[in-house]
Amino acid sequence: MNFDLYLPTLLTIITAATPLVFAAMGELVTEKSGVLNLGVEGMMLTGAVTGFAAVVVTDSAILGCLAAMAAGMLTALIFAFLVLGLQASQVATGLALTLFGIGLSALLGQDMVGIAYAGLPKLQLPIVSDLPVLGPLLFHHDALVYLSFVLPAAVAWFLYRTRAGLILRAVGDSHDAAHAIGYPVIAIRYMATLFGGAMSGLAGAYLSLSYSTMWVENMSAGRGWIALALVVFATWRPWRVMFGAYLFGGITILQLYAQAFGIAVPSQFMTMLPYLATIVVLVVISRDESRIRQNAPACIGKPFHPSA
Amino acid sequence: MLRLEARAEPSRAMIYLSPVFALGLTLVAGVVLFEIMGVPAGDALYAFFIEPLSSLYGLTELGVKATPLILIGVALAIGFRANVWNIGAEGQLTLGAIFGGGVGLLLYDVDSKWVLPAMLLAAMLGGMLWAAIPAFLRTRFNTSEILVSLMLTYVATLLLSYLVHGPWRDPDGFNFPESRMFHDAASLPIIFPDSRLHIGFALALFVVVAAWFVISRTLIGFQIQVIGRAPRAGAYAGFSHKKLIWMTLLFAGAAAGLAGVIEVSGPIGQLLPSISPGYGFTAIIVAFVGRLHPVGVLLASLLMALSYLGGENAQISLNLPLAVTGVFQGLLLFMLLACDVLIRYRIRIGPIVSKIDAGNTA
Repeated sequence: MNFDLYLPTLLTIITAATPLVFAAMGELVTEKSGVLNLGVEGMMLTGAVTGFAAVVVTDSAILGCLAAMAAGMLTALIFAFLVLGLQASQVATGLALTLFGIGLSALLGQDMVGIAYAGLPKLQLPIVSDLPVLGPLLFHHDALVYLSFVLPAAVAWFLYRTRAGLILRAVGDSHDAAHAIGYPVIAIRYMATLFGGAMSGLAGAYLSLSYSTMWVENMSAGRGWIALALVVFATWRPWRVMFGAYLFGGITILQLYAQAFGIAVPSQFMTMLPYLATIVVLVVISRDESRIRQNAPACIGKPFHPSA
Repeated sequence: MLRLEARAEPSRAMIYLSPVFALGLTLVAGVVLFEIMGVPAGDALYAFFIEPLSSLYGLTELGVKATPLILIGVALAIGFRANVWNIGAEGQLTLGAIFGGGVGLLLYDVDSKWVLPAMLLAAMLGGMLWAAIPAFLRTRFNTSEILVSLMLTYVATLLLSYLVHGPWRDPDGFNFPESRMFHDAASLPIIFPDSRLHIGFALALFVVVAAWFVISRTLIGFQIQVIGRAPRAGAYAGFSHKKLIWMTLLFAGAAAGLAGVIEVSGPIGQLLPSISPGYGFTAIIVAFVGRLHPVGVLLASLLMALSYLGGENAQISLNLPLAVTGVFQGLLLFMLLACDVLIRYRIRIGPIVSKIDAGNTA
């Protein structure tokens, strides 16, 4: 097997999967605390445009990523205030966040259309970047891709190996019991939601700063929703989210290679594949209701009011 | 400190006042937004909300823009009442345009009064077909209708794009991705002279009345209420949730499909890659602002139609970006959801007292 031939394909899978890893991992933590935030798409777009604008103004990739995270957290804060502070419906508020994010990002980005960016700098790591095969495949990326490699491990460690993670899961599984023991249910949910916002923002930053290196209206093209589906597909397990993201990365780039292999399918049908695949995996996972019930946080989507 | 105190009963007054408060807060937020953008707020608000209504033509255009929102909003409201979260109406609208427009193109050489009815029927079937997929997957495999209906929206848009770029492209159209223009027989009759206001608006008003009748005067309407508010009570009463999922989704599919064909055979006149400025999504906001009630949906549709018209007008007269409309719509839904807290809670100022706990144990 000639590795060099397959390298571009494999690299494209990684770049297509990276935004999904961020967004889905953030949403996983949010959902584990019992909050269903359907606004991933909106947070992602807001992060994408804010990160891009920050880079255009400051010319600093780090500030761009931080600005995107801050923007994601700010929009997540609106959501959190409505559902946690004011007991609004999580489904409706999440939809509102997506619709608002689409509009807001289009408004903020109107002067950004057409500006090109060189892309996040690639970081060469000592030793590992020089490895044969693995070096060019895994260690010739920008910092966000490296971060996406370690994020699932960090989230898994946090959720299953730390006391704070245990408390977060307890809040998601039984907010009444957690409240009775004395844990601050609402505060923990605020933090988990903000983390989800930060990760969605970062996913957006990856899209505008690394994947496309420009701002295009509505550029996330449903990736926020696919990230939501990935969390279900992964039955709320961090490593399976990572696996799912790479699976989808592979499907996303199929369209790029079908033409190269002379497959005469109109491009629109190839572009449909990730969306259709999302439906298929959702069906496969959710047909087994007990599996979902065993793994889903028991309090997901349910409002909590201490006096009730 | 502000805190929430649960009301003994939901406040009926607040159900209806909340949208009014929300609109007021959105306007305040709009003033702030316009000031930030460096546009005099008075001019902007005038361009958005007054100027479009100051002419007869503007009023008819309001009807044109409100028609798809009314049709879809009413249907979504019925679904939301039954906790069926169909958020893919945009895709069902697109399928309606494809099916209805497809019939129109197929009967391109036919000049008969039956062309238009055939198109409307095909559009409803197309929308229903698209809505049947989430209905089937939800009832058979317990798959989230939220994600499925939304994913299908992207698929529908791509399908339409393929058709107008490929097989349905106008042979005399200089390779533009557009279909042929529909003939008179395939175009909606205009009901107001010198305007674009078409018969679809009358159809939408009829759907409002029909939906009101179904919700408040039939057993099905009652079942939807019960299942939506207390699924278990509904199950004990022998109401089938699955049947309601099917019915509400199919109805929404038909309504959205109708809205789709009405757009292409009315104001647009042909199939284009993009046929809707997000009516299917805005209709979600319409349904909530309209309190999931047909008459409320009618009023909310007119308001949202005004935001589209105002956005276009402000773009021309003040050079404001069209995206302001989307921000305004999103803000309105946020504000509404925030104000809705007043339905079930009172806002109290002061330290937390244990009155509520005492009430619970008594």
